[in-house]
Amino acid sequence: MSDEATGWTRRQAMRLGLAAGLGISAGGLLVPRAYADEPKRGGSIRAANYTSSTKDTLDPAHANNSTDYARLFMFYNGLTVFDEQLNPLPDLATSVESSDAKVWTVKLRKGVMFHDGSPFTADDVVFSLERHKDPKNSSVVAPIARQFEEIKTTAEDEIRITLSAPNSELPTILAIYQFVIVKNGTTDFNKGIGTGPFLCKEFSPGVRSLGVRNPNYFHSGKPYLDQVTFLGIPDNAARVNALLSGDIELAGAINPHSTRDVKAAKGFEVFESKSGSYTDLIMHLDAPDTGNPDFIMAMKYLQDREKIKSSVFLDYAAIGNDQPIDPTNPYYSPELAQRAFDPDKAKFHLKKANISGARLVCSPAPTGSVDMAVILQNAAQGIGFNLELQRVPADGFWSNYWLKSPFTYGNVNPRPSANILLTLFFQSTAPWNESHWKDEKFDKLLVDARAQTDVTKRKAMYADMQRMINEEAGIGIPVFISGIDAHTSRLKGLRAVPTGGMMGFNFAQNVWLDG
Amino acid sequence: MADASAATGSGTIRVSASHSVVLGLILRRTGLSLLLLLTVSIVVFAGTELLPGDVAQIVLGQSATPDALAGLRLTLHLDQPAWHRYFTWLFGLLTLNPGESLVNNMPVADLVGGRLGNSLLLASLTTLVTVPLALLIGITAAVWRGSPYDRTVNLLTVAAVSVPEFLFATSAVLIFAVHLHWLPALSYAADADSFSGLLRSFALPVGTLAVAIFPQMARMTRAALISTLGSSYIEMAVLKGVRPVRLILRHALPNALGPIANAIALSLSFLLGGIVVVESVFNYPGLAKLMVDAVSTRDMPLVQACAMIFCSGYLLLVLTADIVAILSNPRLRYR
Repeated sequence: MSDEATGWTRRQAMRLGLAAGLGISAGGLLVPRAYADEPKRGGSIRAANYTSSTKDTLDPAHANNSTDYARLFMFYNGLTVFDEQLNPLPDLATSVESSDAKVWTVKLRKGVMFHDGSPFTADDVVFSLERHKDPKNSSVVAPIARQFEEIKTTAEDEIRITLSAPNSELPTILAIYQFVIVKNGTTDFNKGIGTGPFLCKEFSPGVRSLGVRNPNYFHSGKPYLDQVTFLGIPDNAARVNALLSGDIELAGAINPHSTRDVKAAKGFEVFESKSGSYTDLIMHLDAPDTGNPDFIMAMKYLQDREKIKSSVFLDYAAIGNDQPIDPTNPYYSPELAQRAFDPDKAKFHLKKANISGARLVCSPAPTGSVDMAVILQNAAQGIGFNLELQRVPADGFWSNYWLKSPFTYGNVNPRPSANILLTLFFQSTAPWNESHWKDEKFDKLLVDARAQTDVTKRKAMYADMQRMINEEAGIGIPVFISGIDAHTSRLKGLRAVPTGGMMGFNFAQNVWLDG
Repeated sequence: MADASAATGSGTIRVSASHSVVLGLILRRTGLSLLLLLTVSIVVFAGTELLPGDVAQIVLGQSATPDALAGLRLTLHLDQPAWHRYFTWLFGLLTLNPGESLVNNMPVADLVGGRLGNSLLLASLTTLVTVPLALLIGITAAVWRGSPYDRTVNLLTVAAVSVPEFLFATSAVLIFAVHLHWLPALSYAADADSFSGLLRSFALPVGTLAVAIFPQMARMTRAALISTLGSSYIEMAVLKGVRPVRLILRHALPNALGPIANAIALSLSFLLGGIVVVESVFNYPGLAKLMVDAVSTRDMPLVQACAMIFCSGYLLLVLTADIVAILSNPRLRYR
């Protein structure tokens, strides 16, 4: 990926969107022209992901898991939407522009209707964005929405967003799931009234959601399917069996070990989405032992990254380098030297730290952490270091151990942009600053990077931040984990979006059935 | 109610006296169950109070701020003493208003209502299949005890009872759904729009549950009947020349009914709450899965409501079995 591609595609995308709004196939926005298979209309599918409970919601402010996200994209649209390189393309907006990255003008698509027939206007956008700032709505993206200092209707099809500080990533932020647009004044979200590709026919929390094709969808030609049923099947084996027996057409988030069954069966395919998701070793910098820089370095050298990649994730992963920006990200810095598995160096550092043993908390809750801990324990045994494992159940792990235990694992879902990820997990004041790493220089870089409009300079800043985390933070990131879905071969049109499996959960309007 | 008509058919004075004895026994038994239910409600309430951590803290999770915590504690009435909250909750239960879900603010009654219907549907279909089959096999095995047929039944029921249901369920899905494509791997009540559709979508879960509970029922039926068949009044009847069918149905079975009813009740009570594995494997939206959801999201009102439903269901079944045992016991009927 060239330097140009990262920042300029955004501008180009915005212009492309303008053209699309003027009449060049809007349906083709996400489908490159050279795509071999022509989409077919008709048919219905059932898709299942792994989480579903009474907590399921259609309120964008409360959506916090993959099943919620998939439903949001069935019934609503955002102002922008991600493509496969995480560039924000226009969706309900036709352009998002600013000269100083602080005051933004958003032009809106005309002639769009909500499912109940009412027209989509600037007031709906203002309502949808403003409500995340209201503490009463306890929005999960409130910390991000706080920077929208003022959101104002300037014309029937135009709004102005004034940010509290310059942020060149606003088009990216607007593509985040929770910022999808709802109707002005909505209080009951269970009907799922949006502008999206499917009309909500049934929403039963913890059971299923049923969408039927929206005939008035503004991307002409889309969606291709007449009906999508979305289920949650928490049990991996049940999900895979349901796919193989023909009860569902798409199974999300399957276990790497199930890919063998899917590949062995005729007429089914495995679909890998490289992503920035990772399970990380956490060492608190302000605790005894784990706060020792030599101990941290030793643990980083003791990660057998190749083994973790091949045996825990069956190669559905990419090697990590103890910093959170993955190779699919436009800001990934390939210059940073890869840290290798090196027991000798680990031994040297442990000797220097003068620590002979440690107790590591692992749990099934952070994906793969128990297996990763066992691999680490074996490596530690090899150099005579006594690593004790404390296995705790998944239930309660996130509230009782994560962020509390000084030596444990965490798991981070892919975030839409490097800046959001670093702000949530590495800024000194971030509540999820897992290793309690505090660095003023880093904080300044992070804020400055938002305002920096020059792409080359911005990339250099992100490279600096990656190096700082790699060297100083108490975080070990051995691999980045791919999302794995499985589907019947008849289902076409899936393309990998790095925010997560199932096309970044936006599969419903982009897939079709062949034959 | 064949027993009642049989009772009224014989004698006048004795019957009215025995009626009051039987009635007294039933009333006492019912009162005991209600008392037990009240105790259970205290245990359930105390149990959910004892779950680790402040409920408000758990509900809000990582995003908890002191303000939000204080606000939620007030909404949950956590500022009031436990006994006060217990009586408010108990009163709500008695007026069929078990409160609101903490997670999605829907009334618990609504959440439970649909799921309870699904669970009852699955349970009654399974009952319809298993009870007659278990009785038939248990009785025939008792009649021809020691025969090759009896030995085969014994072997098969022991084998079936020893296979855990998750293994059976998963194997059945692999064979009948994944490889043969005869039956769907998922089961969802609303998908069954025709009778054949209903049969297809319920075949695997009902089959799995039947295999799980049928052997116990059949074996208990056989054992109860055999012990009755060994008693001297049966020998007397045989000597008197009573025909085999009449001997079993009229003479032996009524006396064996008590233990059989107990065995059936215990097996059926498993169908309400103990089938979370089957619900998970077939993704069936029943009550057991709802409760597991509720525990993992720390949705206390929902957990309490589910627990109370399971306990009441269990007590109701055991009570019914006891009443059947009382009514079918000739020693109590004719005294």
